[in-house]
Amino acid sequence: MNAPCEQPVSGINRGRLRWHCRRGLLELDLVFTRFLDRHFDRLDEEQLKVLERLLAHEDQDLWDIISGRGACEQAGLQGLVELLRAT
Amino acid sequence: MKVPVRRFDAIIVGAGGAGLRAAIQLSEAGLKTAVLSKVFPTRSHTVAAQGGVAASLGNSEEDHWHWHMYDTVKGSDWLGDQDAIEFMCRKANEVVIELEHYGMPFDRLDSGRIYQRPFGGHMSNFGEKPVRRSCAAADRTGHAMLHAMYQRNVKANTQFFIEWMALDLMRDEEGQVLGVTAMEMETGEVTVFQAKATLFATGGSGRIFYSSTNAFINTGDGLGMAARAGIPLEDMEFWQFHPTGVAGAGVLITEGVRGEGGILRNSDGERFMERYAPNAKDLASRDVVSRAMVTEINEGRGCGPARDYVLLDITHLDPKIIMSRLPGIREISIQFAGTDPIKDPIPVVPTCHYQMGGIPTNYSGQVVVPRGSTMNMPVHGFYAAGECACASVHGANRLGTNSLLDLLVFGKSAGESAVEDMKKFPKAHKDIPPDAIDRSLERLVRLDAQRDGADVHETRLAMQRTMQNHCGVFRFADKLREGVARIHEVAQQVGQAGIRDKSRVFNTARLEALELDNLIEVAVATMVSAEARRESRGAHVRDDAPDTPERPNGRDDKNWLKHTLWFKEGNRLDYKSVKLTPLSVPTIELKKRAY
Ligand SMILES: Cc1cc2nc3c(=O)[nH]c(=O)nc-3n(C[C@H](O)[C@H](O)[C@H](O)COP(=O)(O)OP(=O)(O)OC[C@H]3O[C@@H](n4cnc5c(N)ncnc54)[C@H](O)[C@@H]3O)c2cc1C
Repeated sequence: MNAPCEQPVSGINRGRLRWHCRRGLLELDLVFTRFLDRHFDRLDEEQLKVLERLLAHEDQDLWDIISGRGACEQAGLQGLVELLRAT
Repeated sequence: MKVPVRRFDAIIVGAGGAGLRAAIQLSEAGLKTAVLSKVFPTRSHTVAAQGGVAASLGNSEEDHWHWHMYDTVKGSDWLGDQDAIEFMCRKANEVVIELEHYGMPFDRLDSGRIYQRPFGGHMSNFGEKPVRRSCAAADRTGHAMLHAMYQRNVKANTQFFIEWMALDLMRDEEGQVLGVTAMEMETGEVTVFQAKATLFATGGSGRIFYSSTNAFINTGDGLGMAARAGIPLEDMEFWQFHPTGVAGAGVLITEGVRGEGGILRNSDGERFMERYAPNAKDLASRDVVSRAMVTEINEGRGCGPARDYVLLDITHLDPKIIMSRLPGIREISIQFAGTDPIKDPIPVVPTCHYQMGGIPTNYSGQVVVPRGSTMNMPVHGFYAAGECACASVHGANRLGTNSLLDLLVFGKSAGESAVEDMKKFPKAHKDIPPDAIDRSLERLVRLDAQRDGADVHETRLAMQRTMQNHCGVFRFADKLREGVARIHEVAQQVGQAGIRDKSRVFNTARLEALELDNLIEVAVATMVSAEARRESRGAHVRDDAPDTPERPNGRDDKNWLKHTLWFKEGNRLDYKSVKLTPLSVPTIELKKRAY
């Protein structure tokens, strides 16, 4: 089930992050929908921050990172990328 | 209830290719211009376009806009308006060069000029042989286009309202458009955006189908808003299907896979395309392949537990070729089909890809409606461009790479018309009648008050399955009739859909419920228009319209060479004639569409 949206976790709004998973590429919509359904409610504050950084990428770069075609240059994102890929 | 008001000269709803191009025109003319978008501009669906944008630059070989025009008319199966098609093809070079000047990093020839590649349906010398007409920026054409135009807008002081969702169009008693109501996602509050010119560039509505290559954001908001405000929707029965979307996911597998030797197989392992197209086989045109696939599935030779897909087999290809010539395909297949195509075939189904119909406009981007004795009266203050609009250049079937061109040409011309109209009729903002705002507020109040409403996800799924099963690639009279009854039932449910989470801040459940209000208008328009059109033309193919000498491919020009208009009020249909007279050249005469 959807977590209520009006509970900012130290400045990070879950509803906003959920909306930022809406992308221009269908590939990303599908990956993130599965991810949100299975993991979103359990992410802690640190993980949410990592997700926020990941979502700041451009669509094409993000898909390259998730599909393993492109390297992820920022440190600290790899764990979440693995989780996304495995979902 | 008091609703805050913001005033602009022009507001544009949508920040994809069409919206950004229009905004450049308005802002650079010194007008106070606002652009609203549900997502950050460079995340609009235009980002998905890879193939390129068509223009007869003739950089690699001889080409001419007149040849491009011929291809587009033929591609449209003669339903496209020939004045608009001439306008688009003649303007192509200008808008592509402009885009280059905005900083678009096109692929280049050694000479420094823009590199061009061939694309299906684009030919030289009136259909003789393929021509290089598509201009691309590697496999990121749409992405690069959005970037270049967003930067240009920032320089021109366009004001962006990002993560705002437009809810409804506001009109006065005379029908003049006065702006939109919109909700800021961060607060959930509604604001009135008042303007002298309102321009819709909200993109396609491909999510009405269960299987779609479109991103989730393509929910037809502009069409829903227009329909609720009494504007008809044109030619909604025409949807292009791509033969190879991954079954269950929709993600597009490019034609290149079959180009490299990929083979379609049914549950017997048979290469069934040999029966349908003995020469071209798996490389026959999109509509032929899609129809063959559906016939196989309908006759019980589909694969999988529900026998509802066929297989795209590349296991016989050298893995090195797969990796080098088809990059990305393996990842897509592993992620979305759960199979490694080097070892196992990919499950695929024909998948909804592009909407040819939309909000009716002329080639100047003004929205036009029937009024009195004319069928094409401009609506004061209202413009539309891009996939949400129907100019109509794509008619019954769009050619690849003509859509990005449409965004540029009609984004620009719609913007120009708005500038000109404001000069011609310089007026203050008109007062907004209070009931113009009520429609949006009532929708929100209903959503908040609804108890035990139908679930939004389930209702959307019911709509998508109804469209897929009753109004897909291949259409049957009885299925369509049932489909009309069924989609009206779903529409009733949508009117009572509810959400449990009533919070305000970034409530995606609420946004999705509001989107569903728009999707359902498009779905009803599509089903009703398709049921009524008793011929086959372009992408609309009916089982009961056979190929005869008088009716080539089932096309019935005597009775059906006309545009459909669907009105929400009274669920009514009307028709208007196709413009067969171009601007300066002779009519491209009707003939059988064959490649
Ligand atoms: C996978 C794929 C590949 C394609 N490749 C090509 C190609 O190579 N060449 C080609 O010519 N065509 C291609 N097409 C088609 C083409 O990409 C689209 O037709 C085109 O990008 C649509 O652009 P647009 O500006 O009309 O809308 P979009 O780019 O979809 O933008 C719509 C905008 O409207 C906004 N919006 C919508 N509703 C609201 C609302 N209620 N409130 C506020 N904002 C709203 C969105 O936020 C977005 O900014 C492809 C399509 C797909 C699916």
